[in-house]
This record gives sequence, C-alpha cells and structure tokens, in this order.
Amino acid sequence: MNRVPLEKKVLSENDRLAASLRERFQQHGVFCVNLISSPGSGKTTLLERTLEALPRGSRVAVLTGDIQTENDAARLKRFGFPVKQITTGGTCHLDARMIERHLADWNLDDLDILFIENVGNLVCPSSYDLGEAAKIVVLSVTEGEDKPLKYPSIFFKSELMVLSKIDLLPHVPFDAHLAEENARRVHPEMEIVRVSCMTRIGLAAWLTWLEQRRTAYLAQKPEVVI
Amino acid sequence: MHEMSIANSILEAVQKEARRYPGSRATKVAVRIGELAALDGESLRFCFEVLAGEMELKDLELEIEWCPRRHRCARCDRTFVVRDYEFRCPTCQELAPECVSGDELELAYVEVEHDEPSAVGKESS
Repeated sequence: MNRVPLEKKVLSENDRLAASLRERFQQHGVFCVNLISSPGSGKTTLLERTLEALPRGSRVAVLTGDIQTENDAARLKRFGFPVKQITTGGTCHLDARMIERHLADWNLDDLDILFIENVGNLVCPSSYDLGEAAKIVVLSVTEGEDKPLKYPSIFFKSELMVLSKIDLLPHVPFDAHLAEENARRVHPEMEIVRVSCMTRIGLAAWLTWLEQRRTAYLAQKPEVVI
Repeated sequence: MHEMSIANSILEAVQKEARRYPGSRATKVAVRIGELAALDGESLRFCFEVLAGEMELKDLELEIEWCPRRHRCARCDRTFVVRDYEFRCPTCQELAPECVSGDELELAYVEVEHDEPSAVGKESS
C-alpha cells in the first residue's frame, strides 16, 4: 500500500478557471460582483432597480443564472444593457466554466461592471469561485433572521449583505437588528445596506457602496496584477 | 445539493492520480472539509458511493476529516477554534475577526495498492 499526498483543492479545476477570469477582469478593469440569495429574495428586482438608476451609456452587463427559463434575462434586457441568461438545466449553482463560456462573445474592454446573478440558493454557490471581486448576499425580510446562523458559509464569504424588501417590515415579524447582528456574528466585518426596491429607500446607499467598492478595486489593481 | 459535483471532482482527481501508477488501484481517498464549506457529509458519502460504482471505483473508501473554524488573535497570535460564533480570544479576550481555516475543501491523500487478482476490496464506510 502506498499513500500519495495530494494536497490540493477538490475544486481545483474551477479555482483555476476562476483565477484566470479574475486576472482577465483585472486586466480589463471590470468590477465583477456575484449576487447570491435564496430564491425569491429579490436579486433580479434589485438588479432591475440598479440598471434603471444607471445613466444610459454606463458600461454594465449582467449574467443571470437559473435552473430553467429565460425569464430573468427578459426582465433585465428592458434596460438596454447587455444581458445573458445562463440556464444550468438542473445544476444548483453557477461555476467558473459557465461564466467563461457566456463571456466568450463580449469584449471585456467595453465593460466597467459585470453583475452575476447566481442561481437562487444559499448553500452551493458559496463553494464556487467565479472570479468575482466581491460576493454579495441578499436576505429579504420575509425570510428568517437566523438565516446567517443556519447558512454561515455564504454570509462568511460575502462582503456585503443587502437586506431587501424593508418596506414590508411593518407587516412581518422580522427583527432587522437581530438579522444584522446574526450576520455580524458569522462575519464580524460584514457591510450591510437596507433596501426596498418598491419605495426605493436604500437604493442610493447600495449604488454608493458599488461605486466605492469599484473605486477601491481599481485602486488596488496594480498590486493584484503582479 | 452540490455534493454530487463535489463527489465527482474527488473521483476525477483519484482517477487522474491512479493513472500515474499503472498496475495499481486506488483503495482510499481522504478529504479535508471545513465546517464553513457548506457540505453535508452523509449526502457526500451517498453521492460518492453512487458515482464510484459507475466509475468502476466501487471499493474506494472515502475518509472525511472535518476542520473546525479557527481564528487568529492579532494581539497575542494565538489560533483558536471558534464555537458558537465566539470570536473572542480565550487568552486575551480580544475580538479576533481573522479567520484562518474552516472553509477547506481539499484532497489530502490517496492510497493505492498493487492489484492482485485475489485481492478483495474494502467495504466503503
């Protein structure tokens, strides 16, 4: 019997592709974010309000993942920015190869921001690096405050938590402070914005976060590219 | 839910490794999984057994080493296991947000043995 040490990541192939995507994004100055949440927490609506708020001519594109249907891409295309649907056909997450394939006929030099809307799922997408600069988790007030404790992986790996549907707070037994406290128990440095896509409260804070984070990303670019 | 694709990646790595040792077969693979990796052990074992059978690796044993979440204290440099989201350093009580391990999803080793016609494979645990 012979024991052969392997000492490598299980998802090394995905990680390799993600690293190559990350390098391409850095070379072309594309700020890429990966939006993750359970189904129905409002990722697509947040993106609709975001695209709607951006000046025409902004260099922004969206890749949106779902197991079936082109519905989300149809919703997002109305704003005139490049949008592609990734239909996974059963797979519960996006992986780096899907991103690479769907980017093939876009010129990254034409983009400043790439939004990736992951498949609605709080578990599996957290394992797959897509080459993004930041993961963002969306939690809606119609879910439980304890979601960060139940699904710590994605809350741990996300830089920002968008607490969505806050216009519903008067109607649901959801303690927003407790949810935020739980998110910071899992991830003490978590940044948080509260947003309602119906009343548009908090959208400015979300857009400011994006812009500031993008500026920071571009500023650190030369160091990372070495 | 993604245990099937994780199991598949583990088995592909084993097949790749086994090809480097002609005349041998893999009997065991060990993986390290962190508690933050969002993986269910039971489900991973189930997927692993199903796929291993299909890939003619049906006697391959899977060993899982679970890795707890560890943080490092910036003040005293102690590394400690985090339980119940308690991030205070047990030594100096400083809040230590720096996570140093716990999201592992790594292959540790593969055991291979020379194939003999009479060899009986081990049962998967």
